[in-house]
Amino acid sequence: MSTEIEALVGREYQYGFVTDIESDTIPPGLNEDVVRLISAKKAEPEWLLEWRLKAYRRWLTMTEPVWPNVHYPAIDYQAVRYYSAPKTDKPLGSLDEVDPKLLDTYKKLGIPLHEQKMLAGVAVDAVFDSVSVGTTYKAELAKHGIVFCSFSEAVHEHPELIRKYLGSVIPYSDNFFAALNSAVFSDGSFCYIPKGVKCPMELSTYFRINAADTGQFERTLIVAEEGSSVSYLEGCTAPKRSTNQLHAAVVELIALDDATIKYSTVQNWYAGDENGVGGIFNFVTKRGKAMKNAKISWTQVETGSAITWKYPSVILQGDNSIGEFYSVAVVNNMQQADTGTKMIHIGRNTKSNIVSKGISAGRGQNSYRGMVKVLPKASGARNYTQCDSMLIGNACGAHTFPYIEINNNTATLEHEASTTKIGEDQIFYLKQRGMSAENAVSMIVAGFCKEVFKELPMEFALEAQQLLGITLEGSVG
Amino acid sequence: MLEISNLTATVGDKEILKGINLTVNAGEVHAIMGPNGSGKSTLAQVLAGHPSYEVTGGSVLFEGEDLLELEPEERAHKGVFLAFQYPIEIPGVSNAYFLRSAYNAMRVARGGEEVDPMEFLDVMEEKLKIVEMDDAMLARSVNMGFSGGEKKRNEILQMAVLEPKLAILDETDSGLDIDALRVVAEGVNKLRRPDNATIVVTHYQRLLNYIVPDYVHVLAGGRIIRSGGKELALELEEKGYDWLLQEALA
Repeated sequence: MSTEIEALVGREYQYGFVTDIESDTIPPGLNEDVVRLISAKKAEPEWLLEWRLKAYRRWLTMTEPVWPNVHYPAIDYQAVRYYSAPKTDKPLGSLDEVDPKLLDTYKKLGIPLHEQKMLAGVAVDAVFDSVSVGTTYKAELAKHGIVFCSFSEAVHEHPELIRKYLGSVIPYSDNFFAALNSAVFSDGSFCYIPKGVKCPMELSTYFRINAADTGQFERTLIVAEEGSSVSYLEGCTAPKRSTNQLHAAVVELIALDDATIKYSTVQNWYAGDENGVGGIFNFVTKRGKAMKNAKISWTQVETGSAITWKYPSVILQGDNSIGEFYSVAVVNNMQQADTGTKMIHIGRNTKSNIVSKGISAGRGQNSYRGMVKVLPKASGARNYTQCDSMLIGNACGAHTFPYIEINNNTATLEHEASTTKIGEDQIFYLKQRGMSAENAVSMIVAGFCKEVFKELPMEFALEAQQLLGITLEGSVG
Repeated sequence: MLEISNLTATVGDKEILKGINLTVNAGEVHAIMGPNGSGKSTLAQVLAGHPSYEVTGGSVLFEGEDLLELEPEERAHKGVFLAFQYPIEIPGVSNAYFLRSAYNAMRVARGGEEVDPMEFLDVMEEKLKIVEMDDAMLARSVNMGFSGGEKKRNEILQMAVLEPKLAILDETDSGLDIDALRVVAEGVNKLRRPDNATIVVTHYQRLLNYIVPDYVHVLAGGRIIRSGGKELALELEEKGYDWLLQEALA
């Protein structure tokens, strides 16, 4: 226990009273004082600090899981920095100072110029006032009583909601990474939709004021009260770098009776170089709980990260509840993915729909891992699972690990799987019809992913398609 | 239009084309016949630029330009079309989208502008008539669940859409019943113009009853061993290839 930390943490901080703490000098490593420091920096109430500490102590007793079909060098948890100072980098003068490859990607994705500047850390013109855009947005939401703010803000403004729902879908003891996240989470999103309100616009982190630099341990909580609905977009197609290699986020969704939550993710984290060096480890725990007649849909397009390891799941608690999972996961070069979903049928007449499209190229390894579980009292459960793999080239791999646990004999399950290969012949056919190799791959892949893309909000879908094209550039021939 | 001189090509270690010489002018139909393994399909693929084949010697000039220098899509833009023997299936991609993309790629390459989906449907109406296909096929995925005949008709439909200068039909008649053969052949005939040319690669005479060639060439052992008029095809139908091969060896 370093004296530096002791000095910095000092005494307990009361709610609302924040001492100015020197931010840059936290050394790497994790211990109870680091947890206290994080909580103190955010001026969190006592109950939350206690929760974090319980999570941390539990984490100490857990071992890192080794069952996934991914390989990575052992993570030294004492070498990670668990609190990073707010960004103090001087903004760049102009786009000329930005890595031209990065700019090329932004152009290909059709990102408008001023957004490119923001993404690249270039000082934005005074003319464009991003705060006013966010303010109008927030005002609109406030009219409906919708809360959409950072998680940290929510702890102060809506502690009763946080206290009620935090950990109700993913308890801190759930798994190794969830425990770690629960102990040291930095920030994330909080969204609350009151009874009967249909959120009039898609919520996206882009418009959240006080959007902190995406932390390594994000914590998001979305609560949709009875009869409400919301569509939430996470991430963006622009490639994101991070100084931290491990990203272990936790997302909890609660859909009360008759509510609907649609959660869409486009992930393009830095994937490492062609030899698999560097790149982000995206180890995420995402789960939703659906009550009576409620519906939760997860749609994800995962193209980045060195390793993607996540199973957005739905607990179909209420009668007639519906869970959906639509996924496109791409691995190229040396990327690895072990992703899928868990649909737990508990109520009666519950339904789940799973469409997973895995694309492997280069020396990438893609695994679909899914579980459909029907509990003894879950009568009339129905599941449809479709699991398709596409292989591009000869050095990649696609694997499927379906788990089915049925404890009620009135359940109906359908499972379809297919494997296709894009080879020279298909590309040649399209080339002979006048299309470039790039367009050919895009076309074939878009056709393959169509069912998933049509679940995405439109602008996301167009961007996702372009993103796929860029990710798979050079993968054939 | 097309001048092939001493063309040699290999696939892997094996030399398939051992010196092809052929000239095709605008307005002409040339039939390439020959026994299995003679190199007929190889010639078609090499002209289209298939990556599996390596050209080891000779030249191919298309409208005075070096064709072998160009990428497959560039050759397509110049007006070379290959009707595949085994058309590829593309799940999830509708025929409409695929055809429109190909059509637009061609238009842009020729200095024009792309058309939107509505304009394209108008274009398609008359093209579909040429191969007696229903517009219901436009919504289906490319060649998915298509019978052999439908796939070949789809090839000719694409030919109608792209209006090539040189069309190479690679065993377009294989796997077709009598009716399908008629429709396909009539489609090809409708697209003939004095400023375009066709190379028909086939085993059998019967397609040539419909698509009457100006010249017939027999390819054997990687070389053209005999050329003649359409009567040559009839002679082959009657006598087979052996007599020619004997003569060539002598």
